[in-house]
Amino acid sequence: MTEPVEGTGKHGNPLNSLAIGDDCLVLSHRLAEWITWAPTLEEEVALANLSLDLLGQARALLSRHGDEDELAYLRDPGEFRNCLLVEQPNGDFAHTVVRHLLYTAFLFELYGGHPEDEVAAKGVKEIAYHRDYARVWTLRLGLGTEESHRRMTAALADLWPYTGELFEDDPGLRAPWDAFVGGTLREASLAVPETGQRTGGRRGEHTEHLAALLAEMQSLHREHPGARW
Amino acid sequence: MVTTFEELIARDERIEPRDEMPEGYRKTLIRQIAQHAHSEIIGMQPEGSWITRAPSLKRKAILLAKVQDEAGHGLYLYGAAETLGVSREELLDALHEGRQRYSSIFNYPTPTWADVGAIGWLVDGAAIVNQVPLCRCSYGPYARAMVRICKEESFHQRQGFELLYTLAHGTPEQRRMAQEAVDRWYWPSLMMFGPPDAESTHSARSMAWKIKRHSNDELRQRFVDMIVPQAEVLGLTLPDPDLRWNPERGHYDYGPIDWEEFKRVLAGDGPCNAERMAHRRKAHEDGAWVREAAEAYASKAAGKGGRAAA
Amino acid sequence: MTLWEVFVRPRRGLSHVHVGSLHAEDAELALRHARDLFTRRQEGVSIWVVPAAQITASSPDEKDAFFDPAADKPYRHPTFYELPEGVKHL
Repeated sequence: MTEPVEGTGKHGNPLNSLAIGDDCLVLSHRLAEWITWAPTLEEEVALANLSLDLLGQARALLSRHGDEDELAYLRDPGEFRNCLLVEQPNGDFAHTVVRHLLYTAFLFELYGGHPEDEVAAKGVKEIAYHRDYARVWTLRLGLGTEESHRRMTAALADLWPYTGELFEDDPGLRAPWDAFVGGTLREASLAVPETGQRTGGRRGEHTEHLAALLAEMQSLHREHPGARW
Repeated sequence: MVTTFEELIARDERIEPRDEMPEGYRKTLIRQIAQHAHSEIIGMQPEGSWITRAPSLKRKAILLAKVQDEAGHGLYLYGAAETLGVSREELLDALHEGRQRYSSIFNYPTPTWADVGAIGWLVDGAAIVNQVPLCRCSYGPYARAMVRICKEESFHQRQGFELLYTLAHGTPEQRRMAQEAVDRWYWPSLMMFGPPDAESTHSARSMAWKIKRHSNDELRQRFVDMIVPQAEVLGLTLPDPDLRWNPERGHYDYGPIDWEEFKRVLAGDGPCNAERMAHRRKAHEDGAWVREAAEAYASKAAGKGGRAAA
Repeated sequence: MTLWEVFVRPRRGLSHVHVGSLHAEDAELALRHARDLFTRRQEGVSIWVVPAAQITASSPDEKDAFFDPAADKPYRHPTFYELPEGVKHL
């Protein structure tokens, strides 16, 4: 792996393209797991679009560090630098919506601070749509029925512990993120839960979910060493 | 005087949603378009199961886009059926309760990655041969949906062919995988054109109404003539010992099709009928609370003077 | 669920054209679904969604009353007029 030279963003930190590439790769995979299981046919199309956007960003970012397929298929869990939030399982649609809101609100701020980076500059438009998609659904599920509100509350409690990690590299992103996420949750009558925090993804210390995800994703590629596809 | 249905058909003009039409025409179209839409949706499953295991990121993106297209095509078709006065809910209920069918081809399993390629090449190839004439079908909304679908599908067959070509020219294991997949899908893809003309129950009337433009056997022959030279380029064999060029007919002869198997799979006894239906029903049931929440939100927003809260 | 009719402007300078329909609970979702479904291949620059129930359509029975009167007004079409040889830009 070569270390690419990267520009410096508004907040003084370079874009950590390996970590963000892994975030996009893993979150794209999670969204792809929805295919054929979405709540409506319209959502099948929508979720596939989100997954494809992130896969495109992952490929562009990972290619800076070597061959995209070697990086995706031949690294072990401990070598992945994605945050813990994106590897959390899909759960119900509420968990997927909450995870997407929490993560894309972060990625939107991160990309926005790196206009000098080609992927970030192009990706910020796509991610603006993702963040809006998550917001639209957060409002509907937060305010819809008692059941949907209950499921959203449970999803927030499950996923909030993984939010602190997002700001380890760049604490300056926290304030605008809080404003957007906090505002959306308030509008959706959802409370910010009080939970402890877990980190480690950026150092390669993952929850057990990543190993299971990679075992499936890498299975065929690893069965045929050196093959072309 | 108002132009009658028969006059429009005779002049090869399109029938549009609010035109008067014979009840049989309407029912035939609903049945056919619904079956077509259901096939797109159920058809996402056999390939969809490989998205999370696609062996390269490029293949993953292609397959994801392809399966997404199938959902989109299902939606175009449900939309066309709805112009005939039936709702999507009714059609989905009919699918889930087994009152309407989907193409039997999707009741076959996809045990290896090469099956994704064989589906693209053979199943999508057969679908395109079937669908191109439907772009001129007498019912306007169906014909227009098919124009859009055919335009989008051209990449589906190519990606399948390219996938198989790569495998056929890869490692010995990859090559074997490709050949076995073609062996599995060849006969079912020939069955996709439906029973022989002599036994086809709805054909004659559908031809008279210009819903259908060519007979089952005619389209099947067109497909066989198309894939034989393509198989040669792939370097794979088609599992049909009777396949040979017939200079008198100017077509390839092919062997007898096992129509007993076709009827068995159609009747629900295929390898995956039960699992495909169970998967679809579960997805629909699991999504019920989401649909209810969105519905409740919309009526609350409408109650506030129609202003959506977002 | 409401049925929505979707109209897409394929590019600047052209009118919105009806492309199909979809289901959504409200206008905001309908617009997003329309974007995802009908512009996956950059087919448009602007989208309208209209509840199908809000469209008032002429009925085919009224077709003659609605459209036949126009059939005997050929002077509305430029080809009705004969021009002398050599006149350009008209």
